[in-house]
Amino acid sequence: MTTMATECLLQLCEERHEIEDYQSGVPRWCTGCGDNAILAAVQRLCRDEGLRPEKTVFVSGIGCSSRFPHYMRTYGFHGIHGRALPVAEGIRLARPDLKVFVNTGDGDCCSIGAAHWIHAIRYNMNMTVFLHDNQIYGLTKMQASPTSPRGTRSNTTPRGSYLEALQPLSVTLGVQNVSFVAQAVDWIPEMLFDIVKAAYHHRGFSFVRIVQRCPEWLPKVWDPWLHDPSRIQVLTHENGIRASEGLARVYRNQLAHDPADLNRAREIAADIDNIPVGILYRNPEVPCYEDLRGSTQLRTTAYVKAGLEAEFDKFTIWPQ
Amino acid sequence: MKDAPPQSPLTSSAAGTAGRTRTTLREHIIEVISDSGEGAQRCGQSLGAIAARMGNGIWTVEIIPAEIRPPARSVAGASGNRIRIGAQRVTNGGDETDLVVAFNEQVLLGRVRAGELKPGCIILIESLWREHADPTIAQSYIETHDRLVEAGYRVIEIPMEKACKAIVSDARRGKNMFALGMLCNLYSLDLQLAREQMALTFGKKEASVIEQNVKLLEAGHAWAEAHFDFQFSIPAERTREPQIVVNGNTALALGVLASGMEICAMYPITPATSASHYLSDVFEKVGGVVHQAEDEISACAFAIGASYAGKCTVTITSGPGYSLKQEAIGLAVMGEIPLVVVNVQRGGPSTGQPTKVEQGDLMAAIFGSHGDAPKVVMAPATIEECFYAMITARKIAETFNMVVVVLTDASLATSQQPFPRPQFSESWTAPPIDQSAVPDGLKPYDWDAATGLARRFIPGQPGGMHTLTGLAHDRASHVAYDPEINQETIHFRSLKLAALQRTLKTPPLFGDAEGELLVIGWGSTKGAIEEAVAGLRAEGHRLASLHLSFLQPMASGLKEIMQRFRRVITVEGNWCDDPDDALIDGSNRRYSALATLLRARTLVDVDCWGEVKGQPIKPRVIREVLAARLNR
Repeated sequence: MTTMATECLLQLCEERHEIEDYQSGVPRWCTGCGDNAILAAVQRLCRDEGLRPEKTVFVSGIGCSSRFPHYMRTYGFHGIHGRALPVAEGIRLARPDLKVFVNTGDGDCCSIGAAHWIHAIRYNMNMTVFLHDNQIYGLTKMQASPTSPRGTRSNTTPRGSYLEALQPLSVTLGVQNVSFVAQAVDWIPEMLFDIVKAAYHHRGFSFVRIVQRCPEWLPKVWDPWLHDPSRIQVLTHENGIRASEGLARVYRNQLAHDPADLNRAREIAADIDNIPVGILYRNPEVPCYEDLRGSTQLRTTAYVKAGLEAEFDKFTIWPQ
Repeated sequence: MKDAPPQSPLTSSAAGTAGRTRTTLREHIIEVISDSGEGAQRCGQSLGAIAARMGNGIWTVEIIPAEIRPPARSVAGASGNRIRIGAQRVTNGGDETDLVVAFNEQVLLGRVRAGELKPGCIILIESLWREHADPTIAQSYIETHDRLVEAGYRVIEIPMEKACKAIVSDARRGKNMFALGMLCNLYSLDLQLAREQMALTFGKKEASVIEQNVKLLEAGHAWAEAHFDFQFSIPAERTREPQIVVNGNTALALGVLASGMEICAMYPITPATSASHYLSDVFEKVGGVVHQAEDEISACAFAIGASYAGKCTVTITSGPGYSLKQEAIGLAVMGEIPLVVVNVQRGGPSTGQPTKVEQGDLMAAIFGSHGDAPKVVMAPATIEECFYAMITARKIAETFNMVVVVLTDASLATSQQPFPRPQFSESWTAPPIDQSAVPDGLKPYDWDAATGLARRFIPGQPGGMHTLTGLAHDRASHVAYDPEINQETIHFRSLKLAALQRTLKTPPLFGDAEGELLVIGWGSTKGAIEEAVAGLRAEGHRLASLHLSFLQPMASGLKEIMQRFRRVITVEGNWCDDPDDALIDGSNRRYSALATLLRARTLVDVDCWGEVKGQPIKPRVIREVLAARLNR
């Protein structure tokens, strides 16, 4: 009862925040970089949801996108290349009261941190993960990434990259315990926001791949899709997102897709001619690792002492 | 060196009831070895526990084959336990074995070839192989038996399996307790205590299992009483205070419980894993969690995340895993996140010798990770210190916002030595996470000019929002490439070590206050070094030893102590070049790790001796090395 009363009180006292309350510094991303659109959508989400800045943590690895936490006036953790997910998992297990977000790039998540990505899906800890996928290494100045389309000319593949691109949606949908997969593109901010919001509201590992432009190193790679809106396939459903009237006039390629249908989601993800936008899969029933592992017991000194003394008893030789 | 004098009995008399010779010993080293899965380890551990309950000093060491199921009857497959029982406190595994119980001749051969048996050692061997249906096995047994007798060992054949068959259907699984009963009789240990030990050992199993094992124990006891014409006793004073009997890994895990840490993130690796096994079993009972991560890097990053969020976390690993964690450890140093990293050292480099003893990771612990990454490095020297080190490590980590590396090794991990049952103290546990608002104007890295310390901001604290970064940063945690800021921040992170160093006591000397030789060691070699030093002092030499529990930073006063001795030498379980090697001279000699550090710090011409045979260094070997140095 006491707890509930306190919660109500906190609710009453809660301040209303403006967008500015979540902004920190001026982003140093290039003009036209998709990261700016993602930042705008996320800051709007924070305001709309009334997230308390001190209770919110953005975790990132290394790369252009991983500068993201620096531009948020919340807690942030800008760590090492590829390891954003395990850091975020540690935070989440230690502090279930915090809202945890992860910003990771295609190199960070799909290359150096790929092992963590697979296992993070399996742990299904409650966090919202944005894969900023611009298909190129930007901060190290243009090297092919695992998601670069075959033939991408870069500083390490001057005659074109050799391998077919890794498909992050297909990979994620193939892992046991997957619970939320969505895709957005940086150039449709309205839908980007709706998808980010849906991801935030899912309890579990919410994975959003954001197809993102890099004006510096791969300025034309998305042109075929930008110039032909029919190649954007909007996934609509009463349990998913819907395109507004205005958007629906431009993006006519709409597909009714129930996010509960995993097999259909896998088929949609495998289509690389179109860019599906919307929620591919959502399953709120998958248990979260922190719920399976976290302790609900208040860890008082007396409690720890009792446990420790019981262990000592097991190994004690008492005087005869 | 097989010509060392055997431990001389104090008295010897033929006063046994049935004409048995009864010999009183100061100490004995006993081995029980079998194929893996035959229970020799359980037999040996129980023997140690019973002797400890009698009040004897004990030190037990596991004999572990590298493979899980090595082929039966193989030389490399010896699995078991080595127990040193003494009238007084025992501080190490000692020298060669006095009595061995072997379940077949092949595992015994492994021990003979390793030079682990004392000349004239008593061998109690299972005799069933003599009449084995396979003539090659019978022949191998007979030949080995005869050769051992010829070599002067006192070989006694015992039909263990035959005797057990009357009690259990699968005698292969029961003879370990029969052997325990024999040993209890041979060493005049209290049979009732042994029966009680059965209840503890098999406590989790049903009553019929305990009952059957008690029967086997009693049968072994009766068999020995009827057949052996000799008996030993090692006088003991019953303990007055409760003692804990665990190995170093369990002690370490108990220390984690006591320290107030709540999360351990790990990845399986020998020989560290048993600590996590035990923690996995008990941590949840006190509200803790063991997280088995997908790899070593992830385990470290997970621990860092949890620590950053306010709960100082431990990650437990061994050499190869420690190497993998280096980049993440550097992040914790840069972000000033408290973190405890345990490295249960094994043989290296690379996969090396996973189950063997080595102290090869000291330099990696201190200097690992790129750039200037100062961290605290501690090394417990006893099983008891494994427990308390974890409490100290957590406190230092949180007080100084630093990474604390705790170095143990495969010897501490698998050895048991009783220590006084700790008295719980509230000061062990961690304070609750600070969630108070950060006062206006305070920055996340407001380094104190004198100590380099800064108050830690923890997520959830209003007004403390900032982004922690592994990039160079200023007091506000803003990315900063300014030359002066980088100079200043590296200075502050380094200064914290000096601040900690000011709180360390100079370690006590063991032996003479001044003299011919000062021996310096760290970690698990302490007991063996002190035994060697005590032996040489008894011969009239003036020497002492010094054992460092903090390797980084090092306590003050070391140089002053060194200057009171004519020579200084370190004894370590890592490599150093032999100065007498034809190719080696002063310009290219590689010194042992601690010797290198001490030479740099004190400018004293510290010599070193080390051994990397994968075994705990024997006190006799150290004594011979020191004697040679004394006579130089």
